[in-house]
Amino acid sequence: MATEEQNVTPTVDDEAALNEEASRELAAMVAEEESAAAMDAETPDDGPLASPQSQAERAAVIEALIYVSEEPLSAKHIADVLKEDKDVVNQTLAALSEEFNARNGGLQLREVAGGWQFATRPEYHEHVRAFLKTRPSAKLTIASLETLAVIAYRQPVTVPEILEIRGVQSPSSIKTLLDKKLIVAKGRKEAVGRPMMYGTSKEFLLQFGLKDLSELPSVEDFHDLSGGS
Amino acid sequence: MNEQTPETVAEPVEEQPAPLNVAGATPQIVTDDVTDDLKILLGDFEGPLDLLLHLIRQEQVSIYDIPVARITDEYLRYLRVMQEMDIAVAGDFLVMAATLIELKTKMLLPRDPSAVAEEEEDPRSDLVNQLLEYQKYKAAAQMLWSRATVEQAVFKRAEIETDKNNPEVAVGLFDLLKVFQDILARHKEEVLLEIEREEISMAEMLERLRNMVMSSGELNLRVFFERARSRRELVLAFLSVLELVRTTEVKLFQRETFGDIIARVVT
Repeated sequence: MATEEQNVTPTVDDEAALNEEASRELAAMVAEEESAAAMDAETPDDGPLASPQSQAERAAVIEALIYVSEEPLSAKHIADVLKEDKDVVNQTLAALSEEFNARNGGLQLREVAGGWQFATRPEYHEHVRAFLKTRPSAKLTIASLETLAVIAYRQPVTVPEILEIRGVQSPSSIKTLLDKKLIVAKGRKEAVGRPMMYGTSKEFLLQFGLKDLSELPSVEDFHDLSGGS
Repeated sequence: MNEQTPETVAEPVEEQPAPLNVAGATPQIVTDDVTDDLKILLGDFEGPLDLLLHLIRQEQVSIYDIPVARITDEYLRYLRVMQEMDIAVAGDFLVMAATLIELKTKMLLPRDPSAVAEEEEDPRSDLVNQLLEYQKYKAAAQMLWSRATVEQAVFKRAEIETDKNNPEVAVGLFDLLKVFQDILARHKEEVLLEIEREEISMAEMLERLRNMVMSSGELNLRVFFERARSRRELVLAFLSVLELVRTTEVKLFQRETFGDIIARVVT
């Protein structure tokens, strides 16, 4: 489009005038459409909002908020927005998710990384992928996963401690995890050399679909599993 | 769990696809057609402990009562195979080899008859504990792997308008036209008397815009348009913005919806 514009020699006044008229017309149409869109959208920061009247309305509002939230939405955040008691919100969330998930539809309302989120059910991933034309992204290497497991269960943990458990000398997989933001530095250990300690990040919870760290199965339970094959 | 027991197959097979290789070790023993020798296809071992665990499983011995001499021999044989296959043997594998040899030696030494039997520690206990510990995290890594696999099959909603991830995409041509329109309207009222002056060319206008953007890295387009002293200049100014966007010298974005349009140098 820009090339066309460029060909218009600015001295042709008629054309400029016509363009001007067209642009004014379009701008007016755009403005109209935008104001309509703005009216459709909720504008929670404009003045005080009435708290939801009924339980059903509360659930409906919460559902809407979770839908528009880019990140998993925490109960606290919802409570703040609605100016409601967090317990009430939690109860509503529990009822809402039960009701929503009982539908057994293509979507699930689930708790992940300390918040609530709508997501597709994994059963339908092939169709979703075909539609989105995507492939599963590259997985972590075994070395990285082992390192991540050590960090997840032993955090905060230092590099020498991680390497010792894994029986290797190269910290490269730790670097990989840090680059992928799956782990974060958690401060320095009060020990000789003050080594940096690492722990898992929120991104870790998101990528592994965990509500929080307590959802990880106990590492002691792996004891028996791993030996017998 | 997903560990593959070594299989004997007629000919070398392609390496297993990634999902089956999750346990790290999927080496296979294959027969060489010519020499009838057994050959070992190595899987990827994540470290010496991984290899050691594999050998213990392969030899079907108890992790709590490792026959050190036998396992050490096997371990060293593996290292030799790795070297033959030109796989760079990492230093940590060699450290473990040294540990194993030391252990083997200790096991061969006669026990001190004067020592009280109960107090005497099994020289293998450190290694056993290390293996048990590592084994747990290896299993945990498998658990993480399957969790990640399931999670990759779960899709979140696509981005919507209000997600502010990428302000660059927020400005369309119509937004630009609108700003232009506003200024043009104001301009009409202001300029009543046109005094003849040297007309600026498109090239000069482009140069002006470039200079203004480059000097600060960012430029509020409202400021730029307001510098135009005639409608002709305004049109040129508008065209030059389009031109710089087309040649991707600048990107346009808004700090907020309906906010001023900012041109930023593309680095």
